[in-house]
This record gives sequence, C-alpha cells and structure tokens, in this order.
Amino acid sequence: MAATEITLEVARYRPGVDSEPVLQSYQVPLREHWAILDGLTYVKDHLDGTLSFRWSCRMGICGSCGMTVNGEPQLSCATFLTDYAPGPIRVEPLHNFPVVRDLVVDIDDFMTKLPKVKPWVIREVQSPIEEGEYLQTPEEMDECQQFSMCINCMLCYSACPVYSLEPDFLGPAAIALAQRYNLDSRDEGADERRDVLSSPEGIWACTFVGECSAVCPKGVDPAGAIQRYKLTAATQSIKELLMPRSLIPRSKG
Amino acid sequence: MSVYQRPVHLFWWLERRAYVLFVLRELSSVFVAWFVVFLLLLVNAISDGAASYQRFLDWSGQWWMVAINVLAMLFVLLHVVTWFGLAPRAMAIKVRGSRVPAKQIVAAHYLAWLVLSAAVAWLVVR
Amino acid sequence: MADYHDVVVVGGGGAGLRAAIAVAETNPALRVAVISKVYPMRSHTVSAEGGAAAVAAPDDTLDEHAYDTVSGSDWLCDQDAVEAFVAEAPRELLRLEHWGCPWSRQPDGKIAVRAFGGMKKKRTWFAADRTGFHLLHTLFQTALSYSDIVRYDEWYVTKILVDDGRAYGVVAIELATGRIETITANAVILCTGGCGRVFPFTTNANIKTGDGMALAYRAGAPLKDMEFVQYHPTGLPFTGILITEAARAEGGWLINKEGYRYLQDYDLGTPTPEPVLRNMELGPRDRLSQAFVHEVEKGRTIQTPYGPVVLLDLRHLGAKLIDAKLPFVRELCSKYQNIDPVTELVPVRPVVHYMMGGVHTDIRGATPLDGLYAAGEVACVSINGANRLGSNSLPECLVFGNRAGRAAAVFAARYHREVPASIIAQGRDEERRLAAELGRRVEGHQRIADIRTEMQAAMENGAGIYRDGDSLTKAAHELAELRLRFQHAGIDDHSTNFNTELIAWLELGFMLDVAECIIDSAALREESRGAHQRTDFPARDDDRFLAHSLVRRQPDGTSRVGYLPVTITRWPPGERIYGR
Repeated sequence: MAATEITLEVARYRPGVDSEPVLQSYQVPLREHWAILDGLTYVKDHLDGTLSFRWSCRMGICGSCGMTVNGEPQLSCATFLTDYAPGPIRVEPLHNFPVVRDLVVDIDDFMTKLPKVKPWVIREVQSPIEEGEYLQTPEEMDECQQFSMCINCMLCYSACPVYSLEPDFLGPAAIALAQRYNLDSRDEGADERRDVLSSPEGIWACTFVGECSAVCPKGVDPAGAIQRYKLTAATQSIKELLMPRSLIPRSKG
Repeated sequence: MSVYQRPVHLFWWLERRAYVLFVLRELSSVFVAWFVVFLLLLVNAISDGAASYQRFLDWSGQWWMVAINVLAMLFVLLHVVTWFGLAPRAMAIKVRGSRVPAKQIVAAHYLAWLVLSAAVAWLVVR
Repeated sequence: MADYHDVVVVGGGGAGLRAAIAVAETNPALRVAVISKVYPMRSHTVSAEGGAAAVAAPDDTLDEHAYDTVSGSDWLCDQDAVEAFVAEAPRELLRLEHWGCPWSRQPDGKIAVRAFGGMKKKRTWFAADRTGFHLLHTLFQTALSYSDIVRYDEWYVTKILVDDGRAYGVVAIELATGRIETITANAVILCTGGCGRVFPFTTNANIKTGDGMALAYRAGAPLKDMEFVQYHPTGLPFTGILITEAARAEGGWLINKEGYRYLQDYDLGTPTPEPVLRNMELGPRDRLSQAFVHEVEKGRTIQTPYGPVVLLDLRHLGAKLIDAKLPFVRELCSKYQNIDPVTELVPVRPVVHYMMGGVHTDIRGATPLDGLYAAGEVACVSINGANRLGSNSLPECLVFGNRAGRAAAVFAARYHREVPASIIAQGRDEERRLAAELGRRVEGHQRIADIRTEMQAAMENGAGIYRDGDSLTKAAHELAELRLRFQHAGIDDHSTNFNTELIAWLELGFMLDVAECIIDSAALREESRGAHQRTDFPARDDDRFLAHSLVRRQPDGTSRVGYLPVTITRWPPGERIYGR
C-alpha cells in the first residue's frame, strides 16, 4: 500500500529563542497535486500555527515562496510532495540570506541593489503619449524578452556561491534586469548603467558558476546575461582605448 | 531584530555537484600557470644549448614530473570542456534574424580547437 | 512620534503603484508613501494573464468599448464613469508602453490586440499571457526611478484613522519586527485589491482577504454592489489556478463530457470553427459560468475528486500558436495538472475571480470620507456593474489609480500637516489593542483555519453562482455564529517577528466583515442581474433594482443596506444579446 503521509523536516528559527535553526518534523498527507507549499499550509492550519513562511499566488509567478528543499533552491508552490516520496523532505529557508524567522529571509539587500542598475526605460527625449507607441518589432522584443521574465524570487542569489562569499556582489537577477533594459530597443540608458555593471561588484565579480541559470524557475539565464555583458563591456573598453570616446557609437548592452 | 546568518563553511563547495565542478575549474588555473612555467623552462633550457636541453628532458621524464603533467592536462581539459560548454551563454550570435543554436556554437569551438591542435601537431612533427 | 506623509497609498499592486506615481508627478513636493503587506512585485496584479482592454485598432471606437462594458455590466455600471474609463484607457496603456511594458507586437512593430469575452472588437492588449506580471513589474521598476516614493514593504495596515468625517492616516504593523506605527497623512488611497479568499475556490492569491474593503467599512465608508461576485468559467480543479479567457479568444472550445460545445444551448450563439466576437466561448463570464451549472444539473459534466468539470479544448490551435500566445497556460497545465494542452483536454470549472463591488467612490476615486480614496478592485466606481468584462480590470487599475492619485494629491496639498489630538489617541488605542491581541492566550480556543474554512463553505453554499432567499438566510446565520466563535479564536504565536498567525487572525476578522456585506446585499436584491442570480427572483427588475446597493456599518457593528441610483448617460437599459 502506498504511503498516505510524508514527513516534512522544517527549519525553525525563532529569534531571541533559538541561536540557530532547528529541524522540526511534521507528518502531512501525501496527495497527488500537493505542492510542498500545500504541506506547509496544512501544518500551519492544522498542526502548528506558529510556523512562518511567505506565500501568495501559488502559481509560480509572484516569487514569494522560495525555499531550500532537500538542499536545492525551489519555489515551494511548484515543487511537489510526490516527487520526494517516501521522504522525509527537508525544508529550509533560502541560503545566502539572513533568516528573519523560520522560513522567512531578509531580501532587503536585493531591494537596495535593484534601483542601482536603473531598471527602467531611460531616453534622452520622451516622446509625448499622443504620438503613439514606440515601434518595436517582435524580433526586437525577442532580444530582451527572456531577461524580462524575472520574478525576483531570489533562487539565483541563493544558489550563487559568489554572493555568499562576496555580499557586495550585485547578483544575478539585478544584472539580468539591467540587461533586460539594455537590450530593449526602446531604451537608451546602457551608458548610464555601465559604471555600476562594470564595477568590481558588478559583472566582474561573477566567476560563471552558472547555478543561477540552473535554478531559475522562469528560464531567465542570468549567467548568460552576465557573460554577454562581459563581452560587451570588454569590447567597449578596447574601443575606448583605441578611439576617442566621442567617436564611439552608443552601446546597446 | 536578531537574524540568523548561516556561516560559510570551509567545505561549502562540497554541498552541490555544480560547486565542486566550479571549484575544480577555478583550481585548473593553477595548472594552466604551471604549463606556462614549464614552457618557459623548456625555452630557457633550449636556449642554453643541447646539454641543458637534455638535462631538461631527463628531469621531465621522471615519474613524478610525468604525473604532475598528466594531472595538469586533465585539469586543463576540464577547463576547456566546461568553458566551451558555457560559451553559448556569452555569445548571442544572430544569422539572418534567428539566433544560432547553442550546439552549433559549442561545435564551432571544438572544431577550432581541433584545427589549432592539428596545426601545432603539424609544426612539431614535420 | 508618528510618521507623516502627505499621501499614503495602501497596497502596492497595479492601482497602488500607478496612484503613487500619479501623486509624484502631479506634485513633486508631496511626500508619498506606499504601504504594502507584501513586496509590491508580489501583489496579485502579477497573476493577471489575458490582457488589458483599450481602443487601439482603426476600426474600433470608444463608444463600442463603452457599449460592450455597459451591456456586459447588465446596465448596472455608471455610464459617466465608463465613458471616462474608455477614453483614458488607451493613454494609460501607451504610457505603460513608454515605461517599458513588453506588449506583444504586430510584425510592423505596432501594438497587437486580441479578442476577449463580451467585446465586439479586438481591443485587448497583451504581453503573451503574462500581462499582469509584465504590467506590475514595469510599474514597480518605473516607480523605483521616483526616489521620493517611500515604501513600507511588508507592513500590514490594521486601521484607518478618522476624525469628524475625514481620514488622517493609518495604523500599521511591520511584519519583520512587530513594530506598530501610527502613520498620519493628509490623504489615504486604498489599493488593496479584492476579497476572493472569502470563498473556498478562487483564482485569487492568499493575500486577497478584503483588507481595504473592511478598513474602509469600519472607518465609515460604504461598500457598493458587494453582492456581485464574478466566477471565471475556467479554473483548474483543486488549485483554482486561472486558465485565461485568452485561451478561448485564441480559438479554444468549451466541451462537456459528450464532446459537445454546450454553450450553444444557452442563448450564446452557434458554434463556428473560428472564434466569433461576442459569441459562444467569447460570451461574458457570468453567462458562461451559469451555463456550467446547468450542465452539471443535466449530468453532462465529468466528476473528479475536486468536483464536476467540463473540458477546454486547445488541441486544434497547435503547439506553435500556444507557445507564442499562451505559453503560461501551457506551463501551468503541465506543472499543476500534468497535462499538455497541445495534445490533451484541460479540465476546468468556474472559480471565484473578481469582486465587482467595493468601496464606494466617485469618478475621481474619492470615497464619501474626506481624504480617503480608493482604486482598483477594492473600489467600486462603478464601471463593472453586475458583471465585469475580461481585460477591463487592468486598465481600470491604471485609469482610476491615476485619477485617485491626482485627486488625492490636490486634496493633500490643500492642507498643512494637521493632526487632531484625537487621531494620535486613536493610534495609541489601536497600538494597545494589537499588543494585547498578540499576548492574549485563550484556553481551548477555536482554530483560525477552521473558522476560515467554514466561512468559505458558507459563502459558496449561500452566495454561489445561483442563490436564493433561503441559502442567503442560512449563510447569514452561519456567519453570525462564526463571528461569535471568532471572538474566542486565539493565536498560538506570541512572537513579534514575522508573526503570520497574527496577520491571519486580523485578515479573518476583515473577511468576516466583507462576507457579511456580500450576504446582506445579496439577500436584499430580489432580482437576477449579471453575476447575481436569484433562483427565487429569476428576472431583472429595473423598476426596483436599477440601483447600486450601498452597505454601511452601524454603530452596533451590524450592516444596513441602502440604494443609490445608477448614472445613465447614453445607453438606456436594454437586453443583453450575445451570439445573435
């Protein structure tokens, strides 16, 4: 007979009570279609109301419920209990972030870094709305489409060993979002983003482990974004070495 | 507010297979450097004349030197293979509007490697 | 010392961010803050899929968009509001385009539009089928460029401070630390979304607990048209995850267990291989969800462990179209249902999706309380009347977010910073109440989740797609009993750090208020109109009920329902005709 229950070993951290996280086991129903998140809400609703975790859309788009499941960063709403049967399943907070409580981590660092790469459209002249849309062909849109899919779930930061060793690193998602705008045909801000991206805390800190892209639930490929920008930045620097700046055409990411 | 910071252990890179591979790839730079030193020693030995070159050959033929160089070659191979595997990520090449598939970019790298190796081999054995 | 901002926006979704930017643009001297219980990019706008309606094609007109909206609303919307809405929607969507929203394009680089339910012309702009996601992230990232917009991320508002008919700010609790703060302001804009979570089976995210509706209601502002609850016809069983109407707009068919396109039996037109506007699968959501109930009664649906379902057939669309126009649908089906819509049928059933009702506002987004504004799903202007058309909600967030932001900016600039002593006292009282709740220990108490589950069941049984006097009376009794039990609900978690149980408890209190408003408004509307279908009063009754219901909170905590005439400018009430 197939098991009807599975054990979740959930990391508990109660600030002021625990000096470090401790694992607590809960038995939850093992049902088809149940995500890890369903297991956790079962715990909260029926077994232990004090367990804290973030979640919202439960359809893999809001980016709230990133956790470490059996050592791997995952969206807990898109990771299923039956895939881990017979268990037990270890559920911990995302690595590389300070733990606020149980499975909740502090992502303020990312929220502070994100505006630094100016992730918005920059133009020398804003055309009036009355003149209609900026034209953009599907092919042009395709250039930045992949990098616009980031849901800020932080799985990439959790998987990045550079971020864990060098907390000043801008990180995969922030750089990918900068590239999302650099590569957008409507944007003219690549030069404004360059100093931050080319700084030691920017692309050059990345040693191309590639795990950010491996764990990304939306196929964004931040590692690719960073490598592409390295190539762009290097080419740009060589050009500047050889020619006066005024002769160099504006870079396009 | 007291938060918990997970400490970074000395052996953090053993946590995931990808990290191990990454650390080995980083480590391979030591062996790349070793090859450069070895090449410089070789050039130096040749420039000092036949006797010096023979001494260099004898020294290189010792079992531990062979072992070091085999190990170095394995690491350099690892570096090449992983590097080539990642190349398509950095190169978004477009031909007639559509992006060149990753496999073709990887294949082009291996082809270039083969051609260069053949050229070097031809130079050495002709 | 309390924090002060000129304008405080509660909620950081589509409407909230748009409102905050509008304040910053209208008057850069104003200090504006956005308070949100989640990081703004987690807001439920992110889940919207299909698109945003605004006239764009050369063969389309504002009048046609207005008429579709009016007839879709079963004539319960305010036509002046609709006219303003359709006129400003194109501008708002273009503005989003200028801010970087990756709208899907035609080969020549112009904006592409798709068909949508209840719309006579193709006018729905889309970003594949992740429109809400792209719209929200574009707004959030653009808002980052306004460094003067202060954000309170993961702060939960528990009370609006009111003195002598004017709002002066809010009390909020910081989730991470448990810090309780009185945040005063000259104007408050509510943009907290709807309350789908008062029902058991909903497309809505966990955060959609009607906070803003209950906050306004408790502060003395009336809620309007709360009996109108939209069931979206196509949700995945078990999860309730939305399968966008765009799936049908691109040519998907709804079939019953006999493989029959059953909508043809319900006065929605005749089946055609290609989609026809305002016909069959492109009928309005209320009519499609009602047709499903009749199919269940006829025994023509398929039984699953998660209730009866019909099937959505996308197979004839082919992998190429599905990957280009509906990639998220394919991803969701594969991940959450283990099926591939390219080769398999998708099981779907109606699911609670949207509240047409909300905080009563005028056309500028102002509520009857001075200084209190509302926009987005939390508000009821009303452009949606008895049934919202798909793809009207995203532009509503933008148009009325902008309007509320501008109106609040003007209002806030009229006053100096002045906070009556009574407001500070109210803030302190609320801080004390919250601290006391956190420490309250109840022996043998009621579980929050149990009360919530029973409330949701009462709502589905009492105020589902079809209701009647008996079901509503029963639900009212059940809610009254649950309210008593709620007094004895306690929380196990007494920690001040990220106490999600305290938040769940506060949310449940808000949801019970909103649930009662829905039931009470529905019980008194003795007619059937749009999404409010009474089996004991099956006809529309324009003589008695061509009017908005307004539910107000009485001093004793009970509700009282009144009515407000509907504004009719150019389209006198008529028959809703689809498919003929």
